[in-house]
Order: sequence, then C-alpha cells, then structure tokens
Amino acid sequence: MATPLKRVRGLGAAHRGTETFWRQRVTAIANIPLVIFLVLSIVSHIGASYGEVKAYLAQPIVAVLMLALILSAAIHMRIGLKEIIEDYVHSEYCKVAALLLVTFFAGAVGLACTLAILKISLGS
Amino acid sequence: MLTMMMSIAHRISGAALAVGFALLTWWLVAVSIGPAAYATVDHFFAGLVGRTLLFLFTWALMHHMIGGIRHLIWDTGTGLDKTSIEVLAWLTIISSIVLTVLIWIAGYALMGSY
Repeated sequence: MATPLKRVRGLGAAHRGTETFWRQRVTAIANIPLVIFLVLSIVSHIGASYGEVKAYLAQPIVAVLMLALILSAAIHMRIGLKEIIEDYVHSEYCKVAALLLVTFFAGAVGLACTLAILKISLGS
Repeated sequence: MLTMMMSIAHRISGAALAVGFALLTWWLVAVSIGPAAYATVDHFFAGLVGRTLLFLFTWALMHHMIGGIRHLIWDTGTGLDKTSIEVLAWLTIISSIVLTVLIWIAGYALMGSY
C-alpha cells in the first residue's frame, strides 16, 4: 500500500487516526461481494410470493450474508456521509447536528435490518 | 473537469445509496412483519415510481461500486497518471450503465419464472 497510511502508521501522539481510513477500505472491499449477493438475491426473486421471499431470507447462509452486508454497509455509509458533512457543512452547530443525525440514521437502519433478518430466520 | 465530476458523482451516488438503504430496511422489516406489510412494499416497488427509483438505485449502486474499485486501485499507488484517471473515469461510467441495464434485462427475463 502506498497510501498516506504508510507514512502515519504508528505515528502521532495518539497513535491513531488512520482507523477510519482503513475501516472505509475494509468495508468497501467486503461490500463488493455482498452487494453482488444482494443484487442477485433481489433479481432472482422478482415476482416471487411473500412466502418464497421469506423462506429464502430465512436460510442461515442467506441470513448471515445479509447481516454481514447490513453491518458493513452501515459502517461504510456512516463514514462516507460523515466525510461529506465535514467537507460541506461549515457551521459548527449544523455540522454537529448533521453528524449526530448520520450516526443515528446508520444505527437505526442497521439495527432495524438486523432485527428483521433475525426475526425472519429465527421466527416460525 | 471529468475527474472532478466523477469525484462528485461518487459522493452523490453514495449519499443516494443512504436513501436506498432506508428502502432496503423498509423491505426487510415488511418481510419480518407479515404478508400485509409486504404487499404494501411490493405494490410500491412494482409501480412506476418504485421501478424508477429502483432503476436509479441500481445505477447508483453500480456506479459507486465500480468507482469504489477505482479508488481501491488508486490506494495501491497505481493508475494515478492523467491518462489512467481518464480511462478509469470512462470505464466507470460505461460499465456502470452496462451493468445496470444487464441487471434489469435479467430481472425482466426472470420475472416470469415464478
């Protein structure tokens, strides 16, 4: 890797600061196969009945992959939206409010999806 | 100019996908609630507005994914010269459109399989 990471790794008073950069890349890489899986899942179930969709999502392997996608995408989304806000919102109050909103949004959709998938796969 | 547009496009598609995430949440939660809730979501996505939104989200997803792969290539320190950047920009635009259309062709082709 010839990223700025190389120069700052292990440096600085706090010995941190590149985690967000790295986490964005890790989730980006994870998202590639997981997004392909999501697209294939949706495309192959167009026109399917409720029962068929539910039965598909209830399968352990599908549920695990969906949970992985939700977790990875929620983290990736939070970092990305945070970056956009930090670049374009300059008023301190607006910035803090927007950053809070983004974190809560990521947490809310992430948890709601997680509960839904658990309910589908563990429920009757 | 093109590369600046691409940088903005990556952010716009990313922000758009946050809305897409909310729709995915709606869909999954509806499946977990039951047939009636699912019917509402299904009806929405089957309509013209729903289909248009899904088509645009498919493109946003493909554009952001391929644009992201481009960023990962840059992270290795390669492809940073002017020619490569231009080529990668066009590759992102063209392949994202081609993939989006292919996904929708596959979707319509598989529609009758249920």
